[in-house]
Amino acid sequence: MHRRLLLAAVAALPLLGASAAYAATPADTIVIAKQIDDLISLDPGEDYELSGVEVATNIYDRLLRYEADDVSKLIGGAAESWTISPDGKVFTFKLRQSEFHDGTPVTAEDVAFSLQRVIILDKTPAFLFTQLGWTKDNVKDQVKATAPDVLQFTITADLAPSLVLNLMTSITASVVEKKLALEHEEKGDLGNGWLKSHSAASGAYKLVAWKPNESVVLEANPKFHFGAPSNKRVILRHVPETASQLLLLTKGDADVARNLSPDQLASLAGNKDVKVETFAGSDSWYMSMNVAEEHLKNPKVRQAIKYLVDYKGMTDSFLKGRFFIHQTFLPQGFLGASDYNPFTFDPAKAKALLAEAGYPAGFDLKLDAPNSSPWTEIAQSLQQTLGQGGIKVSIQPAELKSVLGTYRSRKHQLLIVNWGPDYFDPHTNADSFARNTDNSDKPATKPLAWRNSWYIPEISAETAAAAKELDTAKRIAMYEDLQKKVTDDGPFVLMFQSSQPDAIRANVTGFHEGLTEDITFYRLIKKN
Amino acid sequence: MAGSAKGGRFRGYGIVRRILSTLVSMVLTFLGLTIVTFFIGRVIPIDPVLAIVGPKASNETYDRVRLEIGLDLPLPVQYWRYLSKVLHGDFGTSVITSQPVLQDMLHVFPATLELAVLALIIGVVFGVPLGVIAATHRGRWQDHLVRLLSLFGYSMPVFWLGLIGLLLFYAKLGWVEGPGRLDIAFDDIVPTVSGMITVDALIAGEHDVFVNAMQHLVLPASILGYLSLAYVARMTRSFMLGQLRQEYVLAAMAKGLSGFRVIWIHALGNVWVQLITVIALTFGSLLEGAVLTETVFSWPGLGLYMKNSLFNADLNAVLGGTVLVGVVYILLNLISDLLYPLFDPRARGRS
Repeated sequence: MHRRLLLAAVAALPLLGASAAYAATPADTIVIAKQIDDLISLDPGEDYELSGVEVATNIYDRLLRYEADDVSKLIGGAAESWTISPDGKVFTFKLRQSEFHDGTPVTAEDVAFSLQRVIILDKTPAFLFTQLGWTKDNVKDQVKATAPDVLQFTITADLAPSLVLNLMTSITASVVEKKLALEHEEKGDLGNGWLKSHSAASGAYKLVAWKPNESVVLEANPKFHFGAPSNKRVILRHVPETASQLLLLTKGDADVARNLSPDQLASLAGNKDVKVETFAGSDSWYMSMNVAEEHLKNPKVRQAIKYLVDYKGMTDSFLKGRFFIHQTFLPQGFLGASDYNPFTFDPAKAKALLAEAGYPAGFDLKLDAPNSSPWTEIAQSLQQTLGQGGIKVSIQPAELKSVLGTYRSRKHQLLIVNWGPDYFDPHTNADSFARNTDNSDKPATKPLAWRNSWYIPEISAETAAAAKELDTAKRIAMYEDLQKKVTDDGPFVLMFQSSQPDAIRANVTGFHEGLTEDITFYRLIKKN
Repeated sequence: MAGSAKGGRFRGYGIVRRILSTLVSMVLTFLGLTIVTFFIGRVIPIDPVLAIVGPKASNETYDRVRLEIGLDLPLPVQYWRYLSKVLHGDFGTSVITSQPVLQDMLHVFPATLELAVLALIIGVVFGVPLGVIAATHRGRWQDHLVRLLSLFGYSMPVFWLGLIGLLLFYAKLGWVEGPGRLDIAFDDIVPTVSGMITVDALIAGEHDVFVNAMQHLVLPASILGYLSLAYVARMTRSFMLGQLRQEYVLAAMAKGLSGFRVIWIHALGNVWVQLITVIALTFGSLLEGAVLTETVFSWPGLGLYMKNSLFNADLNAVLGGTVLVGVVYILLNLISDLLYPLFDPRARGRS
């Protein structure tokens, strides 16, 4: 027994002295606790995960930007000014003077290389640029440096100039330093292997280190052309358990906690060292209905189901603070967004519609749902309220990735999932929710309408027309009309738009989570 | 193959045979392990191609990646390809980290090893004496107390224990540091040699880093140690009860040896033989990586790595991790086999 006590005492000795000394994070360093295990690459030609795009937007400058100071205004990033030919096909950008992190000036040659390499690498985000009509064979002719500070590109597809410009604010328009990337090229990969975990950039931060599932360390670039960041270092720490995030935050070992649950946020109410700020997100949360299923083919049934969802009941209870009701496919904050929310929970109306459709006694349906919170709760609520209309729902819980696989192969009946826009333009969502011209089993792409076997040649034509419309006011009207059609007849029960509450130390200012991860900037964060 | 001639040669022959049979069983275990994991990896409901390209990718990209990772080939061919690469030390590249799996292992395994070693020390140093005391005080309050302690360790979810531990010792009392292996102020100070931060800090002579690393390590290690303690104490108790019933104990007492000597030297001495297996198994399960503990403590070890890989259908990483765990078990078995003769004189002559 003595030995045991002695050992315990010896083990405890060094621990008692030094504990309080490093309690808070250093004044010039911002520590963000977040689940970042989705991050798999920081190469802007490949990076397409939420955490990855957020980190990369702070490392790389882009040709055009929505910047931290005013995220609603399209401005030049690497470009200073631009002109568009009258036919809307040729785009010419004059570059501003800026430098890469190693001091090399940014040239049009670098920008051309960056845009071309997206197409040549052909990784996940390449589709953003292929819609411009660029291919591996033509991209070197379509995208060119015509002078050291002039970049010119030509598009072959018919697209509205505003859409093209918005594409130039996306992750794929990040400016990569050509020389540095090619120095690390292996087997013709244009530096892809190296750039996964290194940076060749000119943005607000240098990448110091990315340790997968552990942390990302960024160091401020004092020579950033929009001005030096307000902090010296930003560290993203991967903290998978949200309760641990909460403890780190309250203890002052983290300045921002990004993934707290509603009850954890509520527990912070009386804590004057911490504030909770809520930012609108751009994710649409919806239930999809596969039209290939016998009952769901009937538009009346689909409409009935839309009346059998307790939208308000959910946002008032377990989804409180994280979602608001939004029943159209363009999130608030996007061009053309609408506040058309026609559906409420109305079992009587739904029953009448089901009777009209010939199903007064109801029927059975399967619902695929990811097996994590809040999906589980949403699925249970849907099961309960659809049951009130006579539709007996059996929930098929699975890992999110597995649900996405089911969805992609259209093997579902009902399925709940979310959708986030790819770039800051209405076409990104319209092109998926409101386009399906090839309902065969092997189409070139698998838009959401296809995934629900919703064959809509006419609506698809309207979507294509809206993407081409040069007049912005007309374009907005077209999107409003499209959204109405999809909401009323489509195979989507659009329910919520996400909002993101973040818990932040009271002495920290300037953290603003963007509508999309492309506009979540770290450079204005400051500790007082 | 009749055994011949003198004892010396007989013994030499026994050792050779033992090493041979161990080698054969190692190879078989290894093969079985890779086959089972490989085929399980191919039937899980998550599509590995989708895990790489994401749900929005075009069909063209999808098909290209599918070809790239060779998923179009027949399963046995895929397996053969994998095996021949593994035999050359190439476990492939992880989808999640974009690094060779072997390099990932060299990064995450030391983190788990550091935790496991300290946990094992805690488990054995406290567990064995507690088990002995429980056995010698069978049915009395000491026994009940130890059993209660073990039962508690057995039945409390480690996840909950970890959070309560953090809440109490980190948030309220401030005795230890919170989740993670080091404070950010100490990050990247000591060069990586072993990958175990405490060891590396000692090598580099960085006292502050060592103290900080220990402050991060002590709580998760204590919690895992407590769970091992519960198991070790229970097993020690039952082994000791077996020994105390033996006649030699009575004989030693009758000869006038002190009770302390009989229990702690003679009886416990004989128990070690059985305990080695228990300890080796405990160590093995600690080295698999404790997913829940590593999650709560943001500890970038093998458990968290494997969980992430599995959920992202990162087949190379899952296979690499499983092979590593398998090899660890094989090695532990080998070591405990080799240790038997040290504690059991009879095992020295036996083949």
